[in-house]
Amino acid sequence: MVKELLVILISSSLVNNVVLSQFLGLCPFLGVSKKTNTATGMGVAVIFVITLASAVAGLIYQYILVPLDITYLQTIVFILVIAALVQFVEMFLKKFMPALYQSLGVYLPLITTNCAVLGVALTNVQKNYGILTGIVNGFATAVGFTISIVILAGIREKLKYNDIPESFQGMPIVLVTAGLMAIAFCGFSGLL
Amino acid sequence: MNNVKERLVNGIIKENPTFVLMLGMCPTLAVTTSAVNGLGMGLTTMVVLALSNVFISLLRNIIPDKVRIPAFIVIIASFVTVVELLLQGYIPFLYDALGIYIPLIVVNCIILGRAEAYAYKNPVLSSLFDGIGMGLGFSVALTCIGAVRELLGAGEIFGIHVMPESFVPVSIFIMAPGAFFVLAVLTAIQNKVKINGEKKGKDMSKIQSGCGNDCMNCSDADCTHRLYDEKADGTNKKAAGSKDEQTKEEKKNG
Repeated sequence: MVKELLVILISSSLVNNVVLSQFLGLCPFLGVSKKTNTATGMGVAVIFVITLASAVAGLIYQYILVPLDITYLQTIVFILVIAALVQFVEMFLKKFMPALYQSLGVYLPLITTNCAVLGVALTNVQKNYGILTGIVNGFATAVGFTISIVILAGIREKLKYNDIPESFQGMPIVLVTAGLMAIAFCGFSGLL
Repeated sequence: MNNVKERLVNGIIKENPTFVLMLGMCPTLAVTTSAVNGLGMGLTTMVVLALSNVFISLLRNIIPDKVRIPAFIVIIASFVTVVELLLQGYIPFLYDALGIYIPLIVVNCIILGRAEAYAYKNPVLSSLFDGIGMGLGFSVALTCIGAVRELLGAGEIFGIHVMPESFVPVSIFIMAPGAFFVLAVLTAIQNKVKINGEKKGKDMSKIQSGCGNDCMNCSDADCTHRLYDEKADGTNKKAAGSKDEQTKEEKKNG
């Protein structure tokens, strides 16, 4: 059991990295990676939301959709549950943990309908993961996201001082960087 | 009929979601490993987009403004589910090739963006053709990107071998990193066009205007896509430039 979870942890965070090999959550990856500290904030918020969302989505799937035999409604149910969940978390943090809200609050609306969150919930169902395995998979995926966004932000901070051709300034050079990172992450496929 | 033609041209050329606006990047990168997959994804998205545009346009006077985003999401997710089941039943090879990216059409910002920016404010027929136009534009773009990647990565287009025997396929182009490189070149071309256009004094503000921080968010038409929009009120409904109006109102009140 522990071994199985460890394999999921490594494969979801490094080998099948959510951004660099599955292309989920690309928009925040490209949009919020200008500075390392905002990238870290985004990463922590994503870990928090995805772990929570995969737990809730897993529970709803196992105890509501399967018994009622309406699993074909999973897409509709998941997207609504996730969007509502993020909104509730935001309200809860605002009311009861203002300090945490200060640091994570700005990122939460950005993740409400992030495709990575829905993607993890759907992958958990597709691969027949149980609730615990699903939570571990969600956590690992989000950690993978955080690792790649923080690395990209670090590289982008250095890139500012470089002389880049006019038409490659901005998004194109970031995409080239992401492509090189993707090649580097291909190396992890030998791990498993 | 003029309107119909205008919507189609607008979607395919003027506001092409991929080549001009840069919307819906996740599926663009993920499924363009071959021209067939790109075309399949584009057409699937087109069907969902056209159907949801029609439905939202029909219901535009019934849906309350405050809960419009959840209403849109439910409508879009329902059509995605229908299309997913149809693909599974009738085109299984495409269903297997696209995998998880079919249900993820729900969070494709092109669809919610068109619902918010066009279908919610316009009559049924033009909304239908707006959806078809945008969907065709997306299909053309994905097919082109898929064809380039397939040509470089496997020496084929639509599965037919076209490159000479001496050509060694650069297989990295059909793997994940290749997607980033192709998109990088594409955005560089966009930048070039934008810079040249601005030098000639043309309005180039539309280029790359779509890429926000969130997959479902479009920076178009100030939509924030919250489930419950606290700021939404009656005045917000039919005005695209509602931000300006709000500030004006605030000034009046202050």
